[in-house]
Amino acid sequence: MDEAPHLPGPVSRPAGQIQTRPLQTRPLSPHLQIYGWTVTMAASITHRLTGVALAAGMVLVAWWLFAAASGADTYLVFVRVASHPVGLVVLFGLLWSLAFHLLNGIRHLAWDLGYGFKLSTARLTGALVYLFSVLIAAGAFVLGLMVRGGFGV
Amino acid sequence: MNRSFRTPLGRVDGLGAAKSGTGHFWRQRLTALALVPLSVWFVASALAYVGAEQGAVAAFFAQPLNAILMFLFVLAAVYHMSLGLQIIIEDYFHQEGLKLGLIILMRFGCWGTGAVASYALLKLALGTPA
Repeated sequence: MDEAPHLPGPVSRPAGQIQTRPLQTRPLSPHLQIYGWTVTMAASITHRLTGVALAAGMVLVAWWLFAAASGADTYLVFVRVASHPVGLVVLFGLLWSLAFHLLNGIRHLAWDLGYGFKLSTARLTGALVYLFSVLIAAGAFVLGLMVRGGFGV
Repeated sequence: MNRSFRTPLGRVDGLGAAKSGTGHFWRQRLTALALVPLSVWFVASALAYVGAEQGAVAAFFAQPLNAILMFLFVLAAVYHMSLGLQIIIEDYFHQEGLKLGLIILMRFGCWGTGAVASYALLKLALGTPA
């Protein structure tokens, strides 16, 4: 350590002298963990996470189609896995992910057209996306459970 | 000295830092727009066939409109997810070789998934009824 004090902000030094203070001690720009959570940044990261979840969900959609194309026995394996409690949790997660990604995606498309950039508007639409994604997912899940007496075959 | 007859605008047209210009951005929005009605249709259809027998699901996709809409859904979804996952990989992996390798693997996985779904759809739509 040299005699330079570890203080943020400009360090006074004699005019004309080349700075010798190591780069590591200079203040860095704050990263993500410094900021408090806002609904807008939460919606942004949730959009990414649900996108990844839905990509994995497409593998299950492909399996569903392949099972349906392979015959009754193969399809029954899919139905058994889907109706297992773990399968139901995954299906609800995917339903919510799709509802969120779809609603927030529409929010993004509106931004692309130049609408909804006002901070209060962006906060409101972000909160609404969370609210309605849960309502839609729950509604769709209950509806699915009611169809043909539920998941059990 | 500029020996080219092309204007500066002409040289950068369609390019940019990623050498792909706005192509990625535009395709992501285009597939997103297509997926708004297609994903709603898919979920509504899937919900209607919860717990159904294989024969009922096969009969659903044997109808031309359903097979075509499902194929469009799979195509748009696979394209959209390959574009989105690419952005995520580019954002979080900075070592060039690893980044490229992950993007290649991801692309293979996405289109492999699409190929499985497409094969199954073709079989359901065109295959002889069981």
